[in-house]
Amino acid sequence: MKYNVAVIGGGVVGALILRELSKYDLSIVLLEKENDVAMGATKANSAIVHGGFDAKTGTLKAKFNVRGTEIMPEICKELNVPYRNNGSLVLAFSDEEVEHIKELYARGVANGVPEIEIIDGDRVRELEPNVSDEVKGALLSKTAGIVCPYELTIAATENAVTNGAEFLRNCEVTAIREENDVFVLSTTLGEIEADYIVNAAGNHSDEIAAMIGDNSIKLTARKGDYYLLDKSYGGMTDHTLFQCPNKMGKGALITPTVDGNLLIGPSAVDQEDKDDVDTSPEGLEFVAAKAFRSIPSLNLRGAITSFAGIRAHDESDDFVIGFSEKNSKFINCAGIESPGLSAAPAIAEYVEKLLTEKIGANKKESFNPVREAPVRFRNMAKSDREQLIKKNSAYGRIICRCETVTEGEIIDAIRAPAGARDVDGVKRRTRAGMGRCQGGFCGSKVVEILARELGVPMNEITKFGRGSKIIYDRTK
Amino acid sequence: MLNYDLVVVGGGPAGMAAALKAREEGVEKILILERADTLGGILEQCIHTGFGLHYFGEELSGPEYAGRFMKQVYDTDIDIKTDTMVLDISDDNTVTACNKFDGLLTIKATAIVLAMGCRERPRGALSIAGCRASGIMTAGTAQKYVNIDGYMPGKTVVILGSGDIGLIMARRMTLEGAKVKAVCELMPYSGGLTRNIVQCLEDFGIPLRLSCTVVKTHGRDRLEGVTVANVDENLKPIPGTEEYIPCDTLMLSVGLIPENELSLNAGIKLDRITNGPTVDEYRETERRGIFACGNVLQVHDLVDYVTEESQIAGEGAAKFIKGEKKTGEFISTEGTNGVRYIVPQRINRETDKDVKLYFRVGQVFKNVKLVVKCGDEVIMSRNKKKMTPGEMENVLIKLDTVKSLSGDKITVTVEEA
Amino acid sequence: MTKREMICVSCPIGCAITVELNDANEVVSVTGNTCPRGDKYARQECTHPERMLTSTVKVEGGRLPVVPVKSASPLPKEMLFDCMKEINKVTLTAPVRIGDTVIHDILSTGIDIIATNDVF
Repeated sequence: MKYNVAVIGGGVVGALILRELSKYDLSIVLLEKENDVAMGATKANSAIVHGGFDAKTGTLKAKFNVRGTEIMPEICKELNVPYRNNGSLVLAFSDEEVEHIKELYARGVANGVPEIEIIDGDRVRELEPNVSDEVKGALLSKTAGIVCPYELTIAATENAVTNGAEFLRNCEVTAIREENDVFVLSTTLGEIEADYIVNAAGNHSDEIAAMIGDNSIKLTARKGDYYLLDKSYGGMTDHTLFQCPNKMGKGALITPTVDGNLLIGPSAVDQEDKDDVDTSPEGLEFVAAKAFRSIPSLNLRGAITSFAGIRAHDESDDFVIGFSEKNSKFINCAGIESPGLSAAPAIAEYVEKLLTEKIGANKKESFNPVREAPVRFRNMAKSDREQLIKKNSAYGRIICRCETVTEGEIIDAIRAPAGARDVDGVKRRTRAGMGRCQGGFCGSKVVEILARELGVPMNEITKFGRGSKIIYDRTK
Repeated sequence: MLNYDLVVVGGGPAGMAAALKAREEGVEKILILERADTLGGILEQCIHTGFGLHYFGEELSGPEYAGRFMKQVYDTDIDIKTDTMVLDISDDNTVTACNKFDGLLTIKATAIVLAMGCRERPRGALSIAGCRASGIMTAGTAQKYVNIDGYMPGKTVVILGSGDIGLIMARRMTLEGAKVKAVCELMPYSGGLTRNIVQCLEDFGIPLRLSCTVVKTHGRDRLEGVTVANVDENLKPIPGTEEYIPCDTLMLSVGLIPENELSLNAGIKLDRITNGPTVDEYRETERRGIFACGNVLQVHDLVDYVTEESQIAGEGAAKFIKGEKKTGEFISTEGTNGVRYIVPQRINRETDKDVKLYFRVGQVFKNVKLVVKCGDEVIMSRNKKKMTPGEMENVLIKLDTVKSLSGDKITVTVEEA
Repeated sequence: MTKREMICVSCPIGCAITVELNDANEVVSVTGNTCPRGDKYARQECTHPERMLTSTVKVEGGRLPVVPVKSASPLPKEMLFDCMKEINKVTLTAPVRIGDTVIHDILSTGIDIIATNDVF
């Protein structure tokens, strides 16, 4: 197959770029090595939209963060992805830290961050009564928000595919060569040709760049452990609570999620292995200890799961975005660590401009920016539920009781463009298995539905693709 | 809008026994709502025997035990809706449920029996470090795959937690050809019944490692192994005792949690220890006309006791429906000094029958005295050779005794013999 | 003379019982039990231990792919795995009813394997 543009990597950056490009009269494809989009850093991060005061003024991080945060609400609206402008607080526990948040304030002003202010400890506790009495003040950022990163990625991919983009899963790029001015990508699904390549391969973007001889990207895999707490703890704080970095190291954040859970983390440990997302007792302990400092009444009995994510840290300490110095038809989007999620919409906007101006592509009139909201039975009013079940009885069968997810929603998730192919894919799209029992009750039912919809035996269904099989042979 | 005298939420052993008892007591319009496609609850997948020794004097399998009650239910005109999930119970005892056939159901009930059972504690609640690989599942999930779906969930297995489901699954997996490498138990004693330790582990040479836990899981796609370590008296892993055990499956049998989301949404207060509603001697919760029984009330070891308890709830619901249920001043109950909790949590001073107090101890006791008091008055004192947290105990308080009590609290306590 | 240690499972107390056996594997003495049931259990365990066996049998054409089964009474403990092999050879056709004999007189033990649930 030959495409105008191949985007490598189905994380939030790749997916949003794909969506931007799907506005044009171009043949485009997203190549993802896993069984689903959002399988790398995108599925395991803090899920927050930063105000933009943290990154050093003048860096790409600062530039794209501020712009990304500005356009995030609109994109989430178009894609029907949950986003909430909850605001954030950087807590200061000492006079020294009060000085630090003043510096952050000044940096925010320089970065062009709107609606930031320094508030005192009493005001902090007025806003967030559970915050520690030790807190002396905070930097309040009113434009900060929270978003679901994998839903954003899934929705963007879905929207792009609806608008003509192609999505290839389990398609790992192993080599790239140029023949007659065209890239030939060797992949696990065979050879694919493309005029242009966007490298959005996350932790592996250095390896992808190296395939065209570009060795300028030098990534370190930085792991962070997180705890996710039950929804009954989601109200512990409304704002996202940051801590100041101090001589004890970087602090941990506590934030509500758009789904109403409470997320705490991350730790930060550099490691060799880019794909090792094992949590560690030390990492989890670190996170817990730091979080207790912000909210002393926090109770980890509410933890329903823990996980770790890898941030791709570039040696330059900044994002690497733009045409490769080795090849003017190859765009790098690398080193996308924090505030990568916040910046992603702006990165996509920038890459779109860069690429389409170069190609001279035309916008298509048929582009539909809206990704219809998936059915969410749990959020519906009684009369709407009645109508829905009348229309399709599959919406009357509850599969996941913790999150009130119906069979109809699971079927929708599987049948959607670039839909779910495994249990975790269903979970990310519908929240089935995301609740307090963590799939204990619905897991095997989801396997059953996947098998039926995909027309395969139950033992071919995986948790997240590759060898992550759930069950083996028949007992009899 | 449908109207029923009694709506029973859950068609497992608890729900069925409560419904049948209420019928026996003369309640006419009864509806059982069950989320699975058949009555029977978790018993449908508990194909081992050992059920019914107390109640039927026979050793039945789970489906057989459930089957006897199912037959009785089918022989009545008790209405049943399977594949039906209850979404909400409103302030006026209106139940909202849904299924594929009826869509949304609104049911006005005079009385409600909560019999939703319990669920297994998942991995997340333990915060075991390590990978997100597949192959980590609760023992109950594995049990469903093997016994209902007919699939092997793994070939080499480590089981964390020596609760009965874990022990039963150790034997079950072994008989089906899997290799069970070890059962690890965090506590210095097993949470399961002794007979299960003998017949499920010792019979097959499966090691039971006490004071031992899984500290890390390994593997990128499917689980490849676990690191286990011994724990100290504070249940913290002891450095240097780590051992790697290759396995493709980690089964968790680390406790059961009564499934009380519905109860909580209905504003029903839960006991901090049992995680079930606080109830009176007829298992009436703090909301009038709403009763609870079975594993939603307290986690039982034996289904026979679930049946017994549910019959009490069914009888109570019937009395409520007929306007005969006494309510007035309560005597509260409390477990102290080693007794973790008591069910029921309160007794109507004006009650009309003997009251059995069910409880568990918090540690293993040998050769002790179990003492029941009201104020300073000793109601009962009994020598016990052995009590373990894994086995629910009970004491009977005669009606005469209840009537004669002047204090407002009954305590059950463990004393030196 | 050999000694065997065991935990009695007759009741929740779980007495630690010691059984002395002679060279012909006959019980010489039972100690550690606190009631006659313990004595009986210990003798049986040492001479001819028996266990209930439960498993599933393949079913074709039914709502479920397997039906649970049990031995109608306890089987000699040492025969459990051999009995499993027999159980695994059987394929039933739905409907199967609770109480149906699945295998008659398994391995000449005089004991039947019976279905413990309905599969329609």
